[in-house]
Amino acid sequence: MIEIDVGLINYWVVIFLMMTGFYIVMASRNLIKKMVGLSLFQSSVFIMYITAGKVLGGTAPILTKPGTDYSNPLPHVLILTAIVVGIATTGMGMALIIRINEAYGTVEENEIRSQDAAE
Amino acid sequence: MSGNIILRIVGKLFIPFIILFALYVQFHGDFGPGGGFQAGVIFAAAFVLYGLIFGVEKAKRVIHPNVLQTCIALGVLLYAGTGVAGILLGGNFLDYGALNSHDPVHGQHLGILLVEFGVGMTVASVMMSTFFLFASRGRPS
Amino acid sequence: MSEIINLSLLLFLSVLAVTIARLRNLFAVVMIAGFYSLVSAALFTVLDAVDVAFTEAAVGAGISTVILLGTLLLTTKEEKAPERWSPLPLIVVLITGAALVFATEDMPAYGDPNAPAHKHVAPRYLEDSGDEIGVPNVVTSVLASYRGYDTLGETAVIFTAGVGLLLLIGKSFRFRDPDGE
Repeated sequence: MIEIDVGLINYWVVIFLMMTGFYIVMASRNLIKKMVGLSLFQSSVFIMYITAGKVLGGTAPILTKPGTDYSNPLPHVLILTAIVVGIATTGMGMALIIRINEAYGTVEENEIRSQDAAE
Repeated sequence: MSGNIILRIVGKLFIPFIILFALYVQFHGDFGPGGGFQAGVIFAAAFVLYGLIFGVEKAKRVIHPNVLQTCIALGVLLYAGTGVAGILLGGNFLDYGALNSHDPVHGQHLGILLVEFGVGMTVASVMMSTFFLFASRGRPS
Repeated sequence: MSEIINLSLLLFLSVLAVTIARLRNLFAVVMIAGFYSLVSAALFTVLDAVDVAFTEAAVGAGISTVILLGTLLLTTKEEKAPERWSPLPLIVVLITGAALVFATEDMPAYGDPNAPAHKHVAPRYLEDSGDEIGVPNVVTSVLASYRGYDTLGETAVIFTAGVGLLLLIGKSFRFRDPDGE
Protein backbone atom coordinates (compact mmCIF):
# COMPACT_ATOMS: atom_id res chain seq x y z
CA MET A 1 0.00 0.00 0.00
CA ILE A 2 2.84 2.34 0.69
CA GLU A 3 4.18 1.89 -2.87
CA ILE A 4 1.15 3.45 -4.50
CA ASP A 5 1.43 6.93 -3.16
CA VAL A 6 5.13 7.30 -2.45
CA GLY A 7 5.82 8.78 -5.87
CA LEU A 8 3.36 11.60 -5.47
CA ILE A 9 4.58 12.22 -1.93
CA ASN A 10 8.04 12.70 -3.45
CA TYR A 11 6.70 15.42 -5.74
CA TRP A 12 4.64 17.07 -3.01
CA VAL A 13 7.64 17.36 -0.70
CA VAL A 14 9.61 18.79 -3.62
CA ILE A 15 6.88 21.39 -4.11
CA PHE A 16 6.98 22.21 -0.39
CA LEU A 17 10.76 22.72 -0.52
CA MET A 18 10.43 24.81 -3.68
CA MET A 19 7.79 27.02 -2.09
CA THR A 20 9.86 27.42 1.09
CA GLY A 21 12.79 28.63 -1.02
CA PHE A 22 10.47 30.93 -2.96
CA TYR A 23 9.07 32.34 0.30
CA ILE A 24 12.58 33.02 1.62
CA VAL A 25 13.48 34.89 -1.58
CA MET A 26 10.34 37.02 -1.41
CA ALA A 27 9.97 37.67 2.29
CA SER A 28 13.45 38.18 3.66
CA ARG A 29 15.11 41.55 3.50
CA ASN A 30 18.67 40.38 3.90
CA LEU A 31 20.39 39.80 0.56
CA ILE A 32 22.48 36.87 1.80
CA LYS A 33 19.39 35.06 3.06
CA LYS A 34 17.71 35.66 -0.30
CA MET A 35 20.62 33.94 -2.04
CA VAL A 36 20.41 30.99 0.35
CA GLY A 37 16.69 30.74 -0.38
CA LEU A 38 17.43 30.79 -4.11
CA SER A 39 19.88 27.91 -3.77
CA LEU A 40 17.26 26.02 -1.73
CA PHE A 41 14.83 26.52 -4.63
CA GLN A 42 17.39 25.21 -7.12
CA SER A 43 18.12 22.20 -4.94
CA SER A 44 14.46 21.19 -4.86
CA VAL A 45 14.27 21.30 -8.68
CA PHE A 46 17.24 18.90 -8.78
CA ILE A 47 15.38 16.44 -6.55
CA MET A 48 12.39 16.62 -8.86
CA TYR A 49 14.43 15.77 -11.95
CA ILE A 50 16.27 12.90 -10.28
CA THR A 51 12.98 11.49 -9.00
CA ALA A 52 11.63 11.58 -12.56
CA GLY A 53 14.65 9.65 -13.77
CA LYS A 54 14.47 6.82 -11.28
CA VAL A 55 13.45 3.37 -12.53
CA LEU A 56 12.13 0.89 -9.95
CA GLY A 57 14.39 -2.14 -9.86
CA GLY A 58 17.17 -0.28 -11.63
CA THR A 59 20.58 0.59 -10.37
CA ALA A 60 23.13 3.35 -10.87
CA PRO A 61 23.95 3.83 -14.58
CA ILE A 62 27.39 2.22 -14.49
CA LEU A 63 27.56 -0.70 -16.91
CA THR A 64 28.17 -4.03 -15.21
CA LYS A 65 26.70 -7.39 -16.28
CA PRO A 66 24.48 -7.34 -19.35
CA GLY A 67 20.81 -7.68 -18.58
CA THR A 68 20.63 -5.30 -15.60
CA ASP A 69 18.22 -2.40 -15.57
CA TYR A 70 19.67 1.05 -15.17
CA SER A 71 18.18 4.32 -14.08
CA ASN A 72 17.94 7.00 -16.73
CA PRO A 73 21.34 8.73 -17.07
CA LEU A 74 20.10 11.81 -18.88
CA PRO A 75 18.64 13.65 -15.86
CA HIS A 76 21.90 12.92 -14.00
CA VAL A 77 23.92 14.70 -16.68
CA LEU A 78 21.52 17.63 -16.75
CA ILE A 79 21.55 18.07 -12.98
CA LEU A 80 25.36 17.75 -12.83
CA THR A 81 25.58 20.78 -15.11
CA ALA A 82 22.85 22.56 -13.17
CA ILE A 83 24.60 22.12 -9.81
CA VAL A 84 27.81 23.63 -11.10
CA VAL A 85 26.01 26.52 -12.81
CA GLY A 86 24.15 27.11 -9.55
CA ILE A 87 27.35 27.44 -7.59
CA ALA A 88 28.76 29.81 -10.22
CA THR A 89 25.67 32.00 -9.87
CA THR A 90 25.90 31.90 -6.06
CA GLY A 91 29.55 32.92 -6.20
CA MET A 92 28.82 35.86 -8.47
CA GLY A 93 25.88 36.87 -6.27
CA MET A 94 28.08 36.85 -3.21
CA ALA A 95 30.68 39.03 -4.93
CA LEU A 96 27.96 41.53 -5.82
CA ILE A 97 26.70 41.49 -2.22
CA ILE A 98 30.19 42.25 -0.95
CA ARG A 99 30.47 45.22 -3.29
CA ILE A 100 26.98 46.43 -2.31
CA ASN A 101 28.00 46.23 1.31
CA GLU A 102 31.09 48.30 0.62
CA ALA A 103 29.08 50.91 -1.29
CA TYR A 104 26.02 51.22 0.98
CA GLY A 105 27.25 49.93 4.33
CA THR A 106 24.39 47.47 4.67
CA VAL A 107 22.92 44.36 3.03
CA GLU A 108 19.31 44.92 4.08
CA GLU A 109 17.12 45.64 1.11
CA ASN A 110 14.92 48.33 2.67
CA GLU A 111 17.92 50.32 3.91
CA ILE A 112 19.52 50.18 0.47
CA ARG A 113 16.32 51.42 -1.12
CA SER A 114 15.96 54.29 1.34
CA GLN A 115 19.56 55.32 0.71
CA ASP A 116 18.88 55.30 -3.02
CA ALA A 117 15.67 57.27 -2.60
CA ALA A 118 17.37 59.85 -0.41
CA GLU A 119 19.95 60.72 -3.07
CA MET B 1 48.24 27.84 20.78
CA SER B 2 48.16 24.11 21.58
CA GLY B 3 45.04 23.77 19.43
CA ASN B 4 47.07 25.15 16.57
CA ILE B 5 49.53 22.25 16.85
CA ILE B 6 46.74 19.68 16.56
CA LEU B 7 45.36 21.41 13.49
CA ARG B 8 48.75 21.59 11.85
CA ILE B 9 49.65 17.96 12.44
CA VAL B 10 46.26 16.65 11.34
CA GLY B 11 46.37 18.95 8.32
CA LYS B 12 49.76 17.63 7.30
CA LEU B 13 48.42 14.09 7.61
CA PHE B 14 45.20 14.63 5.70
CA ILE B 15 45.92 17.14 2.94
CA PRO B 16 48.12 14.81 0.80
CA PHE B 17 45.44 12.12 0.97
CA ILE B 18 42.72 14.55 -0.05
CA ILE B 19 44.78 15.63 -3.06
CA LEU B 20 45.43 11.99 -3.93
CA PHE B 21 41.72 11.28 -3.67
CA ALA B 22 40.99 14.20 -5.98
CA LEU B 23 43.36 12.79 -8.59
CA TYR B 24 41.81 9.35 -8.17
CA VAL B 25 38.32 10.74 -8.74
CA GLN B 26 39.56 12.67 -11.78
CA PHE B 27 41.11 9.76 -13.61
CA HIS B 28 38.70 7.03 -12.48
CA GLY B 29 35.63 8.97 -13.54
CA ASP B 30 35.27 6.48 -16.36
CA PHE B 31 34.83 3.46 -14.13
CA GLY B 32 32.87 4.78 -11.20
CA PRO B 33 31.23 7.98 -10.06
CA GLY B 34 33.51 10.90 -10.54
CA GLY B 35 34.88 13.08 -13.28
CA GLY B 36 36.21 16.56 -13.73
CA PHE B 37 33.84 18.62 -11.59
CA GLN B 38 34.00 16.52 -8.47
CA ALA B 39 37.78 16.19 -8.70
CA GLY B 40 38.27 19.92 -9.17
CA VAL B 41 36.12 20.75 -6.18
CA ILE B 42 37.87 18.20 -3.93
CA PHE B 43 41.29 19.49 -4.96
CA ALA B 44 40.20 23.04 -4.19
CA ALA B 45 38.83 21.87 -0.82
CA ALA B 46 42.23 20.41 0.11
CA PHE B 47 43.84 23.72 -0.78
CA VAL B 48 41.28 25.73 1.19
CA LEU B 49 42.00 23.51 4.20
CA TYR B 50 45.70 24.29 3.86
CA GLY B 51 44.94 27.99 3.59
CA LEU B 52 42.72 27.94 6.66
CA ILE B 53 45.23 26.07 8.85
CA PHE B 54 48.52 27.61 7.80
CA GLY B 55 47.43 31.08 6.67
CA VAL B 56 46.65 32.70 3.35
CA GLU B 57 50.19 34.03 2.87
CA LYS B 58 51.69 30.54 2.96
CA ALA B 59 48.98 29.27 0.63
CA LYS B 60 49.84 32.06 -1.81
CA ARG B 61 53.43 30.87 -1.78
CA VAL B 62 52.41 27.32 -2.67
CA ILE B 63 50.40 28.40 -5.69
CA HIS B 64 50.54 32.04 -6.71
CA PRO B 65 47.20 33.62 -7.69
CA ASN B 66 48.60 34.60 -11.10
CA VAL B 67 49.28 30.91 -11.85
CA LEU B 68 45.66 30.20 -10.92
CA GLN B 69 44.45 32.90 -13.31
CA THR B 70 46.40 31.24 -16.10
CA CYS B 71 45.05 27.80 -15.23
CA ILE B 72 41.46 29.04 -15.36
CA ALA B 73 41.89 29.89 -19.01
CA LEU B 74 44.07 26.87 -19.79
CA GLY B 75 41.33 24.41 -18.83
CA VAL B 76 38.80 25.88 -21.24
CA LEU B 77 41.52 26.14 -23.88
CA LEU B 78 42.35 22.45 -23.44
CA TYR B 79 38.70 21.50 -23.89
CA ALA B 80 38.16 23.65 -26.97
CA GLY B 81 41.56 22.60 -28.30
CA THR B 82 40.53 18.95 -28.17
CA GLY B 83 37.50 19.90 -30.20
CA VAL B 84 39.55 21.76 -32.77
CA ALA B 85 42.05 18.88 -32.92
CA GLY B 86 39.14 16.74 -34.04
CA ILE B 87 38.56 19.14 -36.94
CA LEU B 88 42.26 19.23 -37.86
CA LEU B 89 42.41 15.43 -37.96
CA GLY B 90 39.50 15.16 -40.34
CA GLY B 91 36.37 14.80 -38.20
CA ASN B 92 33.78 17.17 -36.76
CA PHE B 93 34.17 19.56 -33.83
CA LEU B 94 34.56 17.51 -30.62
CA ASP B 95 34.67 14.29 -32.63
CA TYR B 96 36.92 12.16 -30.45
CA GLY B 97 36.86 9.24 -32.86
CA ALA B 98 39.08 11.20 -35.20
CA LEU B 99 41.82 11.51 -32.57
CA ASN B 100 42.96 7.94 -33.15
CA SER B 101 42.52 6.80 -36.74
CA HIS B 102 43.14 3.10 -36.05
CA ASP B 103 40.65 2.62 -33.22
CA PRO B 104 37.81 5.12 -32.67
CA VAL B 105 37.05 3.69 -29.22
CA HIS B 106 40.61 4.50 -28.11
CA GLY B 107 40.11 7.93 -29.56
CA GLN B 108 36.99 8.33 -27.43
CA HIS B 109 38.96 7.33 -24.31
CA LEU B 110 41.71 9.82 -25.10
CA GLY B 111 39.21 12.56 -25.85
CA ILE B 112 37.26 11.99 -22.64
CA LEU B 113 40.48 11.97 -20.61
CA LEU B 114 41.70 15.27 -22.03
CA VAL B 115 38.33 16.95 -21.80
CA GLU B 116 37.72 15.93 -18.19
CA PHE B 117 41.20 17.09 -17.24
CA GLY B 118 40.48 20.48 -18.77
CA VAL B 119 37.21 20.73 -16.86
CA GLY B 120 38.88 19.67 -13.61
CA MET B 121 41.66 22.23 -14.02
CA THR B 122 39.24 25.09 -14.64
CA VAL B 123 36.95 24.15 -11.76
CA ALA B 124 39.82 23.73 -9.27
CA SER B 125 41.44 27.02 -10.29
CA VAL B 126 38.17 28.97 -10.07
CA MET B 127 37.39 27.60 -6.61
CA MET B 128 40.93 28.22 -5.32
CA SER B 129 41.03 31.75 -6.64
CA THR B 130 37.59 32.39 -5.15
CA PHE B 131 39.02 31.42 -1.77
CA PHE B 132 41.99 33.75 -2.26
CA LEU B 133 39.74 36.62 -3.29
CA PHE B 134 37.40 36.26 -0.33
CA ALA B 135 40.24 35.78 2.14
CA SER B 136 42.26 38.81 1.12
CA ARG B 137 39.48 41.29 0.44
CA GLY B 138 39.11 42.49 4.02
CA ARG B 139 42.80 42.91 4.67
CA PRO B 140 44.97 45.79 3.49
CA SER B 141 47.36 44.50 0.85
CA MET C 1 12.87 -0.42 2.88
CA SER C 2 14.27 2.15 0.53
CA GLU C 3 10.89 3.87 0.46
CA ILE C 4 11.12 4.36 4.21
CA ILE C 5 14.62 5.84 3.87
CA ASN C 6 13.34 8.01 1.01
CA LEU C 7 10.44 9.35 3.03
CA SER C 8 12.47 9.98 6.17
CA LEU C 9 15.14 11.85 4.19
CA LEU C 10 12.46 13.97 2.56
CA LEU C 11 10.93 14.70 5.97
CA PHE C 12 14.34 15.71 7.27
CA LEU C 13 14.83 18.04 4.28
CA SER C 14 11.48 19.73 4.95
CA VAL C 15 12.38 20.33 8.59
CA LEU C 16 15.76 21.80 7.56
CA ALA C 17 14.14 24.06 4.97
CA VAL C 18 11.66 25.47 7.48
CA THR C 19 14.52 26.00 9.95
CA ILE C 20 16.47 27.99 7.35
CA ALA C 21 13.41 30.15 6.77
CA ARG C 22 12.92 30.92 10.44
CA LEU C 23 16.49 31.51 11.63
CA ARG C 24 17.92 35.02 11.73
CA ASN C 25 21.49 34.22 12.70
CA LEU C 26 23.18 33.98 9.30
CA PHE C 27 26.02 31.78 10.51
CA ALA C 28 23.50 29.15 11.59
CA VAL C 29 21.66 29.55 8.26
CA VAL C 30 24.86 28.84 6.31
CA MET C 31 25.68 25.79 8.41
CA ILE C 32 22.21 24.36 8.05
CA ALA C 33 22.30 25.02 4.30
CA GLY C 34 25.48 22.94 4.13
CA PHE C 35 23.79 20.19 6.10
CA TYR C 36 20.78 20.41 3.76
CA SER C 37 23.11 19.75 0.81
CA LEU C 38 24.55 16.71 2.55
CA VAL C 39 21.12 15.22 3.26
CA SER C 40 20.03 15.83 -0.32
CA ALA C 41 23.22 14.05 -1.44
CA ALA C 42 22.07 11.04 0.62
CA LEU C 43 18.66 11.30 -1.06
CA PHE C 44 20.29 11.32 -4.48
CA THR C 45 22.19 8.14 -3.60
CA VAL C 46 18.95 6.40 -2.62
CA LEU C 47 17.51 7.51 -6.00
CA ASP C 48 20.48 5.82 -7.84
CA ALA C 49 22.11 9.11 -8.88
CA VAL C 50 25.62 8.50 -7.56
CA ASP C 51 27.45 11.05 -9.72
CA VAL C 52 24.96 13.73 -8.77
CA ALA C 53 25.24 12.83 -5.08
CA PHE C 54 29.02 13.11 -5.27
CA THR C 55 28.85 16.52 -6.92
CA GLU C 56 26.15 17.84 -4.61
CA ALA C 57 28.05 16.76 -1.50
CA ALA C 58 31.33 18.25 -2.73
CA VAL C 59 29.86 21.47 -4.14
CA GLY C 60 26.97 22.13 -1.79
CA ALA C 61 28.46 21.09 1.50
CA GLY C 62 32.01 22.08 0.62
CA ILE C 63 32.59 25.02 -1.66
CA SER C 64 29.23 26.69 -1.18
CA THR C 65 29.75 26.83 2.58
CA VAL C 66 33.21 28.36 2.06
CA ILE C 67 31.83 31.04 -0.28
CA LEU C 68 28.92 31.90 2.02
CA LEU C 69 31.14 32.03 5.11
CA GLY C 70 33.59 34.25 3.25
CA THR C 71 30.73 36.61 2.44
CA LEU C 72 29.57 36.60 6.06
CA LEU C 73 33.07 37.53 7.13
CA LEU C 74 33.01 40.58 4.87
CA THR C 75 29.45 41.74 5.51
CA THR C 76 27.12 41.04 8.41
CA LYS C 77 26.33 38.11 10.65
CA GLU C 78 22.72 38.66 11.59
CA GLU C 79 19.56 39.40 9.71
CA LYS C 80 17.63 42.37 11.08
CA ALA C 81 14.13 41.69 12.37
CA PRO C 82 11.35 42.99 10.11
CA GLU C 83 9.21 45.77 11.59
CA ARG C 84 5.93 44.37 10.36
CA TRP C 85 5.14 41.04 8.77
CA SER C 86 3.33 41.17 5.43
CA PRO C 87 1.11 38.21 4.49
CA LEU C 88 1.51 38.76 0.73
CA PRO C 89 4.49 36.37 0.17
CA LEU C 90 2.66 33.62 2.06
CA ILE C 91 -0.46 34.04 -0.07
CA VAL C 92 1.54 33.97 -3.31
CA VAL C 93 3.41 30.88 -2.15
CA LEU C 94 0.22 29.05 -1.16
CA ILE C 95 -1.50 29.78 -4.47
CA THR C 96 1.56 28.71 -6.48
CA GLY C 97 1.98 25.58 -4.36
CA ALA C 98 -1.66 24.61 -4.82
CA ALA C 99 -1.39 25.05 -8.59
CA LEU C 100 1.73 22.87 -8.69
CA VAL C 101 0.14 20.14 -6.56
CA PHE C 102 -2.82 20.16 -8.92
CA ALA C 103 -0.36 19.70 -11.80
CA THR C 104 1.34 16.67 -10.23
CA GLU C 105 -1.78 14.58 -10.80
CA ASP C 106 -0.62 14.16 -14.40
CA MET C 107 2.89 12.96 -13.61
CA PRO C 108 3.68 9.35 -14.53
CA ALA C 109 3.90 6.84 -11.70
CA TYR C 110 7.06 6.86 -9.63
CA GLY C 111 9.77 4.64 -11.12
CA ASP C 112 7.64 3.43 -14.00
CA PRO C 113 9.97 1.94 -16.64
CA ASN C 114 7.50 2.88 -19.37
CA ALA C 115 7.40 6.58 -18.49
CA PRO C 116 7.98 8.88 -21.47
CA ALA C 117 11.27 10.08 -19.95
CA HIS C 118 12.83 6.64 -20.50
CA LYS C 119 11.69 6.12 -24.07
CA HIS C 120 13.41 8.47 -26.42
CA VAL C 121 17.18 8.81 -26.37
CA ALA C 122 18.10 7.20 -23.02
CA PRO C 123 17.79 3.53 -24.12
CA ARG C 124 19.95 4.26 -27.16
CA TYR C 125 22.66 5.79 -24.96
CA LEU C 126 22.51 2.91 -22.48
CA GLU C 127 22.72 0.24 -25.18
CA ASP C 128 25.28 1.78 -27.51
CA SER C 129 27.60 3.44 -25.00
CA GLY C 130 29.45 0.22 -24.30
CA ASP C 131 30.28 -0.39 -27.96
CA GLU C 132 30.77 3.12 -29.24
CA ILE C 133 32.68 4.60 -26.32
CA GLY C 134 33.68 1.67 -24.16
CA VAL C 135 33.49 3.53 -20.86
CA PRO C 136 31.53 1.83 -18.03
CA ASN C 137 30.21 5.05 -16.46
CA VAL C 138 27.36 6.04 -18.79
CA VAL C 139 26.98 9.44 -17.13
CA THR C 140 30.61 10.31 -17.99
CA SER C 141 30.22 9.07 -21.55
CA VAL C 142 27.05 11.09 -22.07
CA LEU C 143 28.54 14.16 -20.37
CA ALA C 144 31.88 14.16 -22.14
CA SER C 145 31.13 12.55 -25.47
CA TYR C 146 27.49 12.43 -26.53
CA ARG C 147 26.70 15.82 -25.00
CA GLY C 148 30.23 17.20 -25.00
CA TYR C 149 29.18 20.50 -26.50
CA ASP C 150 26.95 21.27 -23.51
CA THR C 151 29.81 20.51 -21.15
CA LEU C 152 31.99 22.95 -23.09
CA GLY C 153 29.33 25.59 -22.47
CA GLU C 154 29.24 24.68 -18.80
CA THR C 155 33.01 25.04 -18.50
CA ALA C 156 32.67 28.41 -20.17
CA VAL C 157 30.08 29.36 -17.53
CA ILE C 158 32.50 28.48 -14.72
CA PHE C 159 35.22 30.41 -16.52
CA THR C 160 32.95 33.43 -16.82
CA ALA C 161 32.07 33.21 -13.12
CA GLY C 162 35.78 33.09 -12.27
CA VAL C 163 36.50 36.10 -14.46
CA GLY C 164 33.53 37.97 -12.99
CA LEU C 165 34.73 37.29 -9.46
CA LEU C 166 38.22 38.47 -10.32
CA LEU C 167 36.80 41.66 -11.80
CA LEU C 168 34.44 42.38 -8.92
CA ILE C 169 36.57 41.64 -5.88
CA GLY C 170 40.07 41.33 -7.23
CA LYS C 171 42.60 43.82 -5.99
CA SER C 172 44.83 44.27 -8.96
CA PHE C 173 42.19 45.86 -11.19
CA ARG C 174 42.13 49.20 -9.55
CA PHE C 175 42.36 52.24 -11.76
CA ARG C 176 44.34 55.09 -10.31
CA ASP C 177 42.26 58.16 -10.98
CA PRO C 178 43.80 61.56 -10.21
CA ASP C 179 40.91 62.42 -7.88
CA GLY C 180 41.49 59.25 -5.91
CA GLU C 181 38.36 57.26 -6.88
